[in-house]
Amino acid sequence: MNPLRNHKSYLAAIGHRVSGIALALFLPFHFLLLGSALDGAQGLDRFLVYTDLTPVKVAEWGLVMMLSVHLFFGIRVLFLEFTRWPGHVNDLAGWVVPCCIAALFVGTVFVIQVL
Amino acid sequence: MNKIKRETQELTVRVWRGKEDGKLVTYQVMSRENQTILDIITEIQRFQEPGLAYRFACRVGVCGSCAMTVNGRPRWTCRTHVKKVSHEGVLTIEPLRNLPRIKDLVCDLAPFIDTWQRAGAPFSGTKTRNDAPALVDPESSTRRAAEAGLQCINCAVCYSACDVVSWNRNYIGPAGLNRAWTLINDIRHSDRKQTFDQAFGDGGCGSCHSHGNCTRHCPIELNPSESIAGLKRVAFKGLPKDV
Ligand code: SF4
Ligand code: SF4
Ligand code: FES
Repeated sequence: MNPLRNHKSYLAAIGHRVSGIALALFLPFHFLLLGSALDGAQGLDRFLVYTDLTPVKVAEWGLVMMLSVHLFFGIRVLFLEFTRWPGHVNDLAGWVVPCCIAALFVGTVFVIQVL
Repeated sequence: MNKIKRETQELTVRVWRGKEDGKLVTYQVMSRENQTILDIITEIQRFQEPGLAYRFACRVGVCGSCAMTVNGRPRWTCRTHVKKVSHEGVLTIEPLRNLPRIKDLVCDLAPFIDTWQRAGAPFSGTKTRNDAPALVDPESSTRRAAEAGLQCINCAVCYSACDVVSWNRNYIGPAGLNRAWTLINDIRHSDRKQTFDQAFGDGGCGSCHSHGNCTRHCPIELNPSESIAGLKRVAFKGLPKDV
């Protein structure tokens, strides 16, 4: 791996960006789907039957993971850029692993709920 | 046995020759105690390859002219010891990334120097030589913020380390924005608002992804990433007050 990219803060920035793009691609479909409920329950139900399919469940899990990765890395960036306190680590690299664990925790809760 | 002895005595040094379309050429150089990367390049130029182009001036980490890419990372070569960076006796030395190549290890620094102007960096004072010197309290928060970024030696290491610069050549980059931050905190500067507008404008601090590569590589341990975060905070809180 390129030595300039082989560190936690870089991976966190890429994780935040990639999950953000994935969400930006997904959310219009999500809202379109929710919007279909405006014309009555039937419209939405037509789509909801697909949520019983395993590949759709896996995709949903992926989206929940993307959302939580984006959330936790986003919180890290906000702290990084908007706060200063004594001993503030330059790039909050120490937060990267806990952010990943928190995102995984959310993903696991989702799996338990779905199973 | 012979092979081991040879490996401990000689370094394999791969040096970039030519322009963009050049190639790495391998040289063998004696390994010595207390040897810097600049020593290696100088030895190759003196004894093996008189045509090798490279830059240096002070040799003691002051002028900022000797920066190159060593084993994939930008470094000031006059203060980088071989032992710290060689991998099993092998060194790969290339020109800095993100800048046009002129010849061998020499880059055109003009695009980097231009970023200082684009960041709104020229200082403009309000006083004349007939006025008394401005009084700047060394303990004030603005002075301390400026002080933290002032010693930049213009080596372009951070500019070369920044991936956002490589993605977007319009990005001002860490050194220029660091300079803008020091000016915004300089109470003698006549147009701090104008400097901020330029540093926040097109290709400005909003493009920084906070990777921290600049801070990680700055040879004199400045923190351009923190200066850029400071600029972003100005967008919310307004210009820093002198407290
Ligand atoms: S923190 Fe910003 S300026 Fe520094 S290397 Fe990363 S993107 Fe570039
Ligand atoms: S901020 Fe550091 S790395 Fe960047 S030009 Fe100045 S001294 Fe070099
Ligand atoms: S030669 Fe001046 S900083 Fe290296």
